[in-house]
Amino acid sequence: MAATAHSDDYVIEIEGLWTRFGDFVVHRGVDLKVRAGEILALVGGSGSGKTTLLRQMLGLETPHQGSVRVFGQRLDTADTVALRALRNRWGVLFQEGALYSALPVFDNIALPLRELKCFDEALIRDIVHLKLAMVGIEARHAAKMPADLSGGMVKRIALARALALEPELVFLDEPTAGLDPDRSDSFVALIRSLHRELKLTVVMVTHDLDTLFELTTCVAVLADQKVIANAPVREVIAIPHPFIKTFFLGERAQRAIEVIRDYPFVV
Amino acid sequence: MPISDSDPRLDVAHAAGAAAVALRGCWNVQGLSDGAGGARARRRIAALRGALTDCAADASARWDLTRVEALDHVGALMLWQAWGGRRPAHLEMREQHRQLFDNLAAIVHAPAAAARRDLLAPVAAVGAEMLRFLEHLTGFVRLLGQLSLDLARFAARPQAGPWREISANVYRAGAQALGITALVGFLIGIVLSYLSAKQLKQFGADVFIVDLLGVAIIRELGPVLAAILVAGRSGSAMTASLGVMRVTEELDALTVMGIPHGFRLIMPKVLALAVALPLLILWTDAVSLLGGMVAAKIQLDLSIAFFFDALPAAVKIENLWIGLAKGAVFGALIALVSCHFGLRIEPNTESLGRGTTSAVVSSITVVILADAVFAIAFSNVGI
Ligand SMILES: Nc1ncnc2c1ncn2[C@@H]1O[C@H](COP(=O)(O)OP(=O)(O)OP(=O)(O)O)[C@@H](O)[C@H]1O
Ligand SMILES: [Mg+2]
Repeated sequence: MAATAHSDDYVIEIEGLWTRFGDFVVHRGVDLKVRAGEILALVGGSGSGKTTLLRQMLGLETPHQGSVRVFGQRLDTADTVALRALRNRWGVLFQEGALYSALPVFDNIALPLRELKCFDEALIRDIVHLKLAMVGIEARHAAKMPADLSGGMVKRIALARALALEPELVFLDEPTAGLDPDRSDSFVALIRSLHRELKLTVVMVTHDLDTLFELTTCVAVLADQKVIANAPVREVIAIPHPFIKTFFLGERAQRAIEVIRDYPFVV
Repeated sequence: MPISDSDPRLDVAHAAGAAAVALRGCWNVQGLSDGAGGARARRRIAALRGALTDCAADASARWDLTRVEALDHVGALMLWQAWGGRRPAHLEMREQHRQLFDNLAAIVHAPAAAARRDLLAPVAAVGAEMLRFLEHLTGFVRLLGQLSLDLARFAARPQAGPWREISANVYRAGAQALGITALVGFLIGIVLSYLSAKQLKQFGADVFIVDLLGVAIIRELGPVLAAILVAGRSGSAMTASLGVMRVTEELDALTVMGIPHGFRLIMPKVLALAVALPLLILWTDAVSLLGGMVAAKIQLDLSIAFFFDALPAAVKIENLWIGLAKGAVFGALIALVSCHFGLRIEPNTESLGRGTTSAVVSSITVVILADAVFAIAFSNVGI
């Protein structure tokens, strides 16, 4: 039965995770815990294994060693029924959107709802239009095919699809890459309002410092094949580590910090 | 089914003349769908909607949403639809849920396209089909023209030609098809020999099996058989690879680097098949005849040595040349048709499947058409 998570429950627990591709070690004992209601950003250099870690949290890849638990459930040992129920509780936005190219926009968003086989079409239609309105896509685009959309629209529609089942947990891979600054801002506002209304937990990979400062409650830094920090951004900045220095205190970062208005965003 | 605390439900109480409706449990996708959806969840949702509509019919009802365990847009939408798209007069809810209903008020529907009956629709469909066919035709002619230009360029400076691509294609379409063509050819040879042997025996014309098999296989069956197998094997692969390259914008990347894809992708495929198919045909002919010989030996007790002796006299050498010429033409046609469809694939998975199917069907049709043309043009050569 659908049990709602208590605020101090861990939604994701990763312990002692090792990943190897041949002789090449990507993760060397990664530990990471995410509480319910957190907005966590995963940062790290290019090739540090963020996407790989995200795929392991989704059960798309299995680590060589260590365990990944989502909602207290081990992904590698869970049976298909449990895994299916689990997958209805999360939504995923892939880096390239991954919309189903053979289906129009409307059906892309309706698909997960129809798959549950318990909502009628009138309700599904309203839900789809609501999601489209939430991500700022006009209703007239609902009949278009994914190939006829711009890159930013694909991203927003993929987000609408990720949110279709009102998940408790959403994974976002580079959500604001390819959005114009205005859209990035409305994306931040959307996630913030969903977080407030639905107690959403968010795990995202992002290089966008504005999003990072405005949205996250926690930043996990992946460097030296480990998670070297997992704390609010204000504390992370203070850590003397070369990667953190260049990432947050470089010239670009300084410019971004100057424009921050109200951070860190407190729940 | 045991009722748990998180099941969505309605408590209706009648106090002081007005109904008091209190929502309890999880009114979210998780709670409503019972985790995984299905028929039972659907029945429960239908029951809840019925109950909601009944309660909403009473305008003086007091709605209390403060005691729900969870509420999301889907749950809110069910309420909203029961209320007829506006808030009831007496409604109590938590502050955080207010925004959900504000969001619902913002839903905009696309205006439903007016379904008009068009009496001329069948005519228009025929016309559209014709135009599409014409468009295919012009596209094909343009491809042919481009190929001629590329061939001229290749002939002018052969050392700068795409030799590597040609040899790779010959290997893939030719060498790797040896196994399957041998198997099919051998079996067809046996079948043909076996069936004709029975008929010939009745007339005592046993020795004519050599003429029959020789002409049929070398002139007709070998070329068509090999061409059909290659169309299915390599034609579909060519369409799919060009299609995926188009979808992933690789073709555009080649263009902006100044690498013409006609010269580097299409011409090598056409040349490679024009070379590989005649060779495959030679191979298929040989294996089919072997199959025929084996069957003749068993059925008619015709010795293999006799078969070899009689073959050159029975089948004029022109038949072999016609067969090989057919191979070159068929090969070029298969490659051209496959590339034509590959270049027209749209960036979606369905189009890829449809394009590949059309390519195979069209190239087999074109091969058989060309075969008919050959049959008429060379009707008095070699027989
Ligand atoms: N299937 C694979 N086989 C071999 N190596 C792989 C594979 N997948 C990922 N890698 C390697 O693992 C490392 C981490 O890759 P990953 O895609 O997770 O990086 P990332 O942190 O997401 O980088 P970016 O920020 O550039 O997207 C890279 O060095 C990559 O080459
Ligand atoms: Mg990545």
